[in-house]
Amino acid sequence: MSKSQVKQKEAAGEAEAQRPIVNDFTLVVATVNGSGSQTSNLALVRAFFRMGIPVCGKNLFPSNIQGLPTWYTIRVNAKGYTANKLKADLLVAMNMATFRDDLQDLKQGGVCFYDDRLAEPADRPDVIFYPIPLRDLVNEADPPKQLREYVANMAYVGVLTEILQIDNEEIRSALDTHFGGRETSVALNMKMIDLAASWARDNLPKRDPYRVERMPRDEEHLLVDGNTAAALGAIYGGVTVASWYPITPASSLAETLEYYLPHLRSDPETGKATYAVVQAEDELAAIGMAVGAGWVGARAMTSTSGPGISLMSEFAGLAFIAEIPIVIWDVQRMGPSTGLPTRTSQGDVLILRFLSHGDTRHTLLIPAAPHECFEFGWRAFDLAERFQTPVFVLSDLDLGMNQWVSKPFQYPDVDMDRGKVLSAEDLEKLGDFGRYRDIDGDGIAPRTLPGTDHPLAAFFTRGTGHDERAIYSEKAQDWDANIERLWRKLENVRDALPAPVVQRMDHADVGIIAFGSTDPAILEAREYLSDEGLATDYLRIRAIPFSETVEDFIQEHEVVYVVEMNTDGQMHQLLQLEWPALATKLVSLTKNNGVPLDADWTFEAVRSAEEQRHER
Amino acid sequence: MAACYELSIQPENVIKISGIGCSSKSPTYFMGRSHGFNAVHGRMPSIATGASIANRSLKTIGVSGDGDTASIGIGQFIHLMRRNVPMVYIIENNGVYGLTKGQFSATADQGQKLKKMGVNPFMPIDLCMEALIANCGFVARSFAGDPKQVKELLKSALNFQGTAVLDIISPCVTFNNRDESTKSYSWGIEHEYPLHDVTWVPSYDEIEMEIEPGEIVEVELHNKSRLVLKKLEHNHDTSDRLAAMQLLEETCCAEILATGLIYLNQNQETFQSVENLVDKPLARLQQDALRPSKEALEEIMADFR
Repeated sequence: MSKSQVKQKEAAGEAEAQRPIVNDFTLVVATVNGSGSQTSNLALVRAFFRMGIPVCGKNLFPSNIQGLPTWYTIRVNAKGYTANKLKADLLVAMNMATFRDDLQDLKQGGVCFYDDRLAEPADRPDVIFYPIPLRDLVNEADPPKQLREYVANMAYVGVLTEILQIDNEEIRSALDTHFGGRETSVALNMKMIDLAASWARDNLPKRDPYRVERMPRDEEHLLVDGNTAAALGAIYGGVTVASWYPITPASSLAETLEYYLPHLRSDPETGKATYAVVQAEDELAAIGMAVGAGWVGARAMTSTSGPGISLMSEFAGLAFIAEIPIVIWDVQRMGPSTGLPTRTSQGDVLILRFLSHGDTRHTLLIPAAPHECFEFGWRAFDLAERFQTPVFVLSDLDLGMNQWVSKPFQYPDVDMDRGKVLSAEDLEKLGDFGRYRDIDGDGIAPRTLPGTDHPLAAFFTRGTGHDERAIYSEKAQDWDANIERLWRKLENVRDALPAPVVQRMDHADVGIIAFGSTDPAILEAREYLSDEGLATDYLRIRAIPFSETVEDFIQEHEVVYVVEMNTDGQMHQLLQLEWPALATKLVSLTKNNGVPLDADWTFEAVRSAEEQRHER
Repeated sequence: MAACYELSIQPENVIKISGIGCSSKSPTYFMGRSHGFNAVHGRMPSIATGASIANRSLKTIGVSGDGDTASIGIGQFIHLMRRNVPMVYIIENNGVYGLTKGQFSATADQGQKLKKMGVNPFMPIDLCMEALIANCGFVARSFAGDPKQVKELLKSALNFQGTAVLDIISPCVTFNNRDESTKSYSWGIEHEYPLHDVTWVPSYDEIEMEIEPGEIVEVELHNKSRLVLKKLEHNHDTSDRLAAMQLLEETCCAEILATGLIYLNQNQETFQSVENLVDKPLARLQQDALRPSKEALEEIMADFR
């Protein structure tokens, strides 16, 4: 590019800067892990949310307690597109170590707020720089010494409030929520914010086009993360025993159980617990306790991530073949091994479907938003007890730990399904009992719970071969008969699972299949594709085994792109296994580097795949 | 099982849990009217923990072996005792892997010879010592060749309210029964050294024993039944944890199989009590107790708006 071209481009940039861009930008806050910027970032997200603007807040954090770089991405978008964006429009640069790199990720003509102790780089003449005299502002606010660093983060909130025209009252109310109404904390932080805002008003003439504006707000909507929603779903599903072992990004799910259960599930008369949450010594014990509890009839669950799933493999096989209801949440992260422990992925699809050795096929639920985490949280128990099988719920770090605008949680609309459990009276009437005997042809054999007061109730649970009376057997015909019944049972699971969500456009020959947290990126990419004249239909898988709707969807389209965040296209492979005759219609598009899927990549991937297809 | 019969424990209220191995097959041989669970190798304690917390009214009996407990399951064994899960944990200890046909286990003697494996170079793990270190409140050792003592200890264990560990030296006649092995039948017969004469007495019985004063120690268990320990030649104080460790160390060095109740401590909270559970078994709770109200959900959601 010649110098004159650069000049022209700059001029164009300046001209564009004059046109206001309202409620549509991505803001990245670059800080140091452990510096307490989370409060500031959440206050911003919550203020946007309460101004009625669709927003998401994603924390890209290192596997580290304190000291490494952290980025918090806030995207506001009036149309509701809140997927990840790779290039930011606005940058708040608070980390000296990453300043230059962070600037590289700022889009052409972007805006940079920075601590004025950092040196303004010369190589980004296109960027609009706003230096903030952070130290002076903090000195002026003069917070207590031990809170200095935390309060300092409020300075950029104050400057942003002024420059982006964020409603000051919503910032205050966000902090009020954050600090649970503790007025001194709110006042301390608001002092810093107001001071910084006032300084910006006097010293920073606005040169950029970005600002926010209040929108009509859907009062029903929630700002919440998926793990919180999942924990509440489990509580409303009547979880009684939850055993877990700390692991990022699943820990907050169990911690949220611990937070809400004492209030929601203590006996009103005695104050005693109708639940037990047990922090186990490892994931082997975590699932073992859940299996023990599920066996005696409790609604039992565990929550973990990939490494924990690997350890749970043996017990998952036992629970499957011994037909013990348990619920297992897998909040996925990058693997294999320690991988990128604080980054998101969808890499556990295949391992969960077949977890354990020999013949296993597990039931999976796949939520894509917090309200679905809540719903699948309680439904999972009904399915597990009805079908007497482990039910896995597949979430991921992006969905589990980041802030999403969600539909409200729907109170369960059906009574709990406790499955086929025989009481002493039932046994008396039956006169005979075989634990694995199919009485009514659906493959589900009624069970008895330990402690049932009847001489016929007892049976011996085992992972070894057994006949229909649960007696040890190595006979080939007993094994065959049991597997035949088991597979018949699992075939019936299909229709009881959440149906796929299908969204169509007129005259679309092209289909897209995806699942889980990529949903916002897919929806946004489809609009870009449509703008380019490419209509697409979209099917979002919400459960495995697959519904027949998925087969019909593949049939109906010339080509179906299966978009997912793992390298080998695991969902693509499962679909091909399920319908080999349709395999050639399925094209795998994958991206897996720890960063949540974005619409630009998705758009480009589908567009160029389409181009190639038409060239052939 | 005679002990349960004598205690009139209703079999329907008992669960028998095991891991994998020869020992783990035992639960199929007794009390056919009790639910049983042959779990995975070394993981019986976690199943027992989950089952016990989910239904506190069940009497849990775990049966394990030295491979199951001292090797693959040592972690879960320790953590079970740490939580004081109410159950009887029986180890059928023979110092050898039988089901896989004769490998050394972690309780095998140093220098012990096995046909297939040669000489064992490693020091053994003493499971009673591990139990003491893990603060287990009921630690006992017995010998399969002394069925009377086994039965009395078992009855005592079944009346203990926390985790009760009973390490029973149980010779494997197929793979580890050479006379020089401390897990052999003949060695046990010759070297057994009962610490005391143990008798368990139900709460409603008078003690019927001819005794000299000062010769017995009587301990009341939480359910008012009693343990009567009649002193033999050794004067072992079962309430002294350090003395119990010393006893194990000394008798091991002297190549003596000390049997009986090694340690008893009833002052530790059980897991159920720590978890502050309702009296009704969690597994029996229904929707009315398990599903909070719609209003409560509305209140929670208000915090997210």
